[in-house]
Amino acid sequence: MAGNGNGKDPVLVVVQLTGGNDFMNTVIPYTNPVYYDNRPTVGIPQDQVLPFTDSLAFHPKMGPFKEMYDAGDIAVVQGIGYPNSSRSHFRGMDIWHTCEPDKVSTVGWLGRTIRELDPKGESPLTGVNFGVGLPRAMAMPGVPVTSVSNLDNYGLMSGIGAEIQRNEALDIFKEMYGPAVGTGPVMEYLAQTGQDVLTGADMIKVAPEQYESSIEYANNPIAKALRDVARVHTADLGTRIFYTAHGGYDVHANENPIQPQLIGDLSGAISDFFADIREHNASDNVLVMVFTEFGRRIYDNGSGTDHGSGGGAFFIGDQVSGGLYAEYPSIERAKWLNGEDMAHNIDFRGIYGTALEQWLGVEAAPVVGGHYEQINPLS
Amino acid sequence: MPETDLALISHLMRRAGFGATRAEQEALSSKDYDEIVEDLLHPDRFEDLNEDALKRYNLELTYNDSMPLWAGQWVWRMINTKRPLEEKMSLFWHHLFAAAWYKSEHTPTMLKQIQLFRRVGMTDMQTILVALAKDPAMNYWLDNCENHSDQPNENWGRELLELFSMGVGNYTEDDIKNAARAFTGWTFTQPIPLYPFGSYESDFEYVPEDHDDSEKTFLGYTGPLNGEDIIEIVVKQEATARFIARHLYNFFVADEPQVPSWSIEPPNDPEAIEVLVKAFQDNDGQIVPVLRALFTSEFFKNTRHQKVKNPAELVAGTIKLVGTYQFPDPAESITALSGAATVMGQSLMNPPTVEGWHTGHEWIDGGTLNERVNFAVNQFSDTTKPGIQDILSRLEGKLSPSELVERCLELVGPLEVGETTQAALIRHANNIGEIDLDSDDARKEHADQIGRILQLIVASREYQFA
Repeated sequence: MAGNGNGKDPVLVVVQLTGGNDFMNTVIPYTNPVYYDNRPTVGIPQDQVLPFTDSLAFHPKMGPFKEMYDAGDIAVVQGIGYPNSSRSHFRGMDIWHTCEPDKVSTVGWLGRTIRELDPKGESPLTGVNFGVGLPRAMAMPGVPVTSVSNLDNYGLMSGIGAEIQRNEALDIFKEMYGPAVGTGPVMEYLAQTGQDVLTGADMIKVAPEQYESSIEYANNPIAKALRDVARVHTADLGTRIFYTAHGGYDVHANENPIQPQLIGDLSGAISDFFADIREHNASDNVLVMVFTEFGRRIYDNGSGTDHGSGGGAFFIGDQVSGGLYAEYPSIERAKWLNGEDMAHNIDFRGIYGTALEQWLGVEAAPVVGGHYEQINPLS
Repeated sequence: MPETDLALISHLMRRAGFGATRAEQEALSSKDYDEIVEDLLHPDRFEDLNEDALKRYNLELTYNDSMPLWAGQWVWRMINTKRPLEEKMSLFWHHLFAAAWYKSEHTPTMLKQIQLFRRVGMTDMQTILVALAKDPAMNYWLDNCENHSDQPNENWGRELLELFSMGVGNYTEDDIKNAARAFTGWTFTQPIPLYPFGSYESDFEYVPEDHDDSEKTFLGYTGPLNGEDIIEIVVKQEATARFIARHLYNFFVADEPQVPSWSIEPPNDPEAIEVLVKAFQDNDGQIVPVLRALFTSEFFKNTRHQKVKNPAELVAGTIKLVGTYQFPDPAESITALSGAATVMGQSLMNPPTVEGWHTGHEWIDGGTLNERVNFAVNQFSDTTKPGIQDILSRLEGKLSPSELVERCLELVGPLEVGETTQAALIRHANNIGEIDLDSDDARKEHADQIGRILQLIVASREYQFA
């Protein structure tokens, strides 16, 4: 059941690394010569990595992450994937978002989760995305969610200065976006979205107003997004699922310095985020899950790495039993999948299932489409 | 003289361009519909935009390496061009061949790519794909400059097939590897360093010693294939005709499911796709005949308001309506134009990934709807803008609340709205009561009230559709 015993509702923060993060250069098998043999260009020298076991090390840019790992707050899930991994970003990301490897679906696993958490769709803030564009993971017809690109200026008709006229306009807007049965799914979707924006904006505007913190986040997209998560979470508006995407991980070329910069930003942002919500005494019911759509090829291409499989994920939080989960994919040549990829050892749907059943208290099978092996970093 | 229905003209111009004002619609209505289409298909019948004036007002355009500024310049072109389809096709190819500034050598390469789409976008598929393969921005974006004979990089090879021509399921992983090998040695000249010289252009460069000219097998063809051969084979594939036809349908006619599902989900209108496929194949991949078949078809004429406007369409169309940013005097900030599209989810010249944007209703979520509505409402807040003055000047005589709403809807589109929207607008107009617009003074007196009706119209659900 839900992993925290403090009576507060558990909250899941999902961070998507878009483009296929290179797991092998995030959690580095720094003692294995196969790693260095196959990555003459993008390999990270042994004397620079941040070892945390006698065979694995974090990337040198991940100092704050390593500190949290040492404090026992991070579970590293190794070798995550699914059978016949798609090398297409789009198909790959779709599969992760919908849990449907064999057919195309527009319903996301978090959309289904939000429906379980708020079956009557009472609050559009049960699920909140930060970023431009709602991820398919959160989409489900009839499930209201809020997507915020700019938390400080969220609200309809905000350009109409006079309050009476603004309220009049909002009133007409509400009627224009009224239920339009029989006008087609897109019109109906627009109607619902319009109503959700009205309600959500009213509720969410208190978050930036009341937030205060001593934490100064860095000036980069993932830090800004996680600060927004902190602002809304600490306002206690009932949000159970937060989502944000961090882009740019598709490093076919020029992998160093691009990927190090990104995971460095990520590492710092996550550390600041936890410092922030701890300062607000609001951290013990928060679980962060970081994932990416696939890993990258074992050998580099002289500049970067091509699409591969067998990536990694992280669970991060006060209630997490830190350490290594599942197994690091063997990188011995004989074990390479299709002669070039890391084989996965655990299905991503079991990782979702872990968060669903052991953290949110939601039955996993209907959400992820079956029963998959789970891990136990939350017990 | 033929008279073409204004609503049909307005539909055509929203799709084949970025909308038309009432005055533009009236000017076009003296022509036959097919003649209007021919004009659209022949951009060279009309003068290109002279950008000198724009540069005088935005000196940064002559030296600044700023992507938002150049993206703003593009939206300004969409608003002012006399060749709307040329500009719309550039946007089409940009949707399809999505490359982004965030991974580019510098802004001029992205700008040059859009200029390329403007130049070759209405030629034929072979010309377009070869030009694309030689485009420095695309070359760098998909790492073909890192595709070496001894160390192939398959990024470009894969996306050429998956996203730019055939779609998944029509080739094997080996085809991808061999396509990649055929493009080894296709790279670009290194531009002079940015500092202190500024941004210099870069050009395609073929490096024969880095090209793998050994034998390759690609889609059943074997030989020492090079990049041009690969494209020639690709263009002949029925899958390519089908894929491009569906993209054109999705962009110009009605929203299809998202691209990644096309290998599984059938098209909404299979017969329409057949028409476009045939036009593509009968004309060896020439684009104009396909567009002609599309715009003159019944399926096109009958699908009004069935496409969610992309942000560029929403921004440019709304600005056209209110009549600001007019050539040659763009007194307003052009970066505000690209900024508006960006917060609605479309950062021009900077799409999120090589997949491009998710379109249709996926343009819209709580955040982007908020931005769309607020942008349009704010544009209509000042009734002294020339476009709003023009709308006001066309309102005459005694008008009941429902007549006033009806006239405003006509002048903003014509925009067809559902009962719910109409009832809400009339409820609002009832507060005004019957008005008599018998003089300029009367129009002036009621301008703010009418302005608020226009604001509500552009906030409506129906306004979100092209």
